[in-house]
Amino acid sequence: MLPSNGSSSPWPKTSNPSMGYELDFSAITANLGLLLEGAGLTLMLTAIAATLGMALSIGGAAARRWGPVWAQTLVGAYVELIRNTPFIVQLFFIFFGLPSLGIKLTALAAAALAMTINLTAYGIEIMRAGLEAVPPGQREAGLSLGLSPLSVFVYVTLPQAVAVVYPALVSQIIITMLESAVVSQIAVIDLTHVADLIQSRTYRAFETYFIVTLIYLGMALLLRCLFNLAGQRYFAGQRG
Amino acid sequence: MITLSLSDILPYLLLAARWTLLLSFIAFVGGGIGATLLLLWRYGAPKVGGRATTVYIQLLQGTPLLLQLFLVFFGLPLLGIEVSPLFAASIALTLYASAFLAEIWRGCVDAVPRGQWDASASLGMSFTIRMRYVILPQALKIAIPPTVGFLVQLVKSTALASIVGFEELTRSGQIVANATFKPLIIYGLVALIYFAICYPLTLGSRVMERRLRVTR
Repeated sequence: MLPSNGSSSPWPKTSNPSMGYELDFSAITANLGLLLEGAGLTLMLTAIAATLGMALSIGGAAARRWGPVWAQTLVGAYVELIRNTPFIVQLFFIFFGLPSLGIKLTALAAAALAMTINLTAYGIEIMRAGLEAVPPGQREAGLSLGLSPLSVFVYVTLPQAVAVVYPALVSQIIITMLESAVVSQIAVIDLTHVADLIQSRTYRAFETYFIVTLIYLGMALLLRCLFNLAGQRYFAGQRG
Repeated sequence: MITLSLSDILPYLLLAARWTLLLSFIAFVGGGIGATLLLLWRYGAPKVGGRATTVYIQLLQGTPLLLQLFLVFFGLPLLGIEVSPLFAASIALTLYASAFLAEIWRGCVDAVPRGQWDASASLGMSFTIRMRYVILPQALKIAIPPTVGFLVQLVKSTALASIVGFEELTRSGQIVANATFKPLIIYGLVALIYFAICYPLTLGSRVMERRLRVTR
């Protein structure tokens, strides 16, 4: 499975015997297109999970704060269950387990669903903290101006809540992107799966994973940078 | 297809959970030692150590744990070190935990008011004495709830060791699910066992946090 340093090794002979192994990155340069596609899929999955997850988080947090008791209990149980189990088990449950209930999903759909479910659980907790941070006077002032409760939520409470927890939401989305490496295990051809393919063809496991790790780091830094710029634009001066 | 009843499967999974606990324990202890060393470097030599530990933390928090695990698993053999899945997972999770714990504990040390540092320095205390008798006792108290909270994250992270073939809870679940064709029940059980390990820690962390808020 792994290149050994013995003389009987079936692996390519290295030119420098004292090193035993020479790093060779040609496998990566030859497969740049594949890596780009994989990175694109990882970003797409993250975008889907982030969009759906944020919408559901807002709904879930509102239900947990103002909903009927049964809804509060339900959302609470959901949050605890997801936050206290590993993402990979959730993914396997959805992809391998649900078909026996007649719910058949493609690997890509299962990955998107698992990522959304996971991100939503954390998002609800974050949004709840945000909603709690908005002074009740804001809501009362909105209501006394004759706005409907829904308008008060959408135009008064929510923007202030999001402004407060924006950095935490961004961190959580980036964590979801990094954790999505696991979806390679159900044969979604994301960045990590592309790395698996390249290393199994070229036997350059370390070099491949090294470069792919750096690509993830770059994507994480880029996402944070973009979100920070967007945050400065939309929430400037709103954070107390 | 093998027919196994639940009374066969559950004990098997519970026994496998021991490996999950062992791996979590190794990573937590190793990570704790690593984080302590990182913080000593950071506060002992603020210029070099401060920058180096920040880069280290950013690197480990900005890349997927799965890839870190692969790098250890495939990288160490290149250095001539043979690695078993348990060894590779222990190293990777220890590095991962050290970065997160260092970041958490740094926050706790920084939460100790600046005046405490200045006052102890003006009394002529050395760095070690200051840390030992003034800063750490105050920082440790704040550090316990988030540390327990991170332990939950760590227990969940050990599931990734299944991917390099370490037979802990998730890997055992996979094996049984493949043998019995009952993935729904098996992965459900696996999830419940993780929940049974993690939820008490979550609750404990929350209770301690509340208590801390009252006493401060």
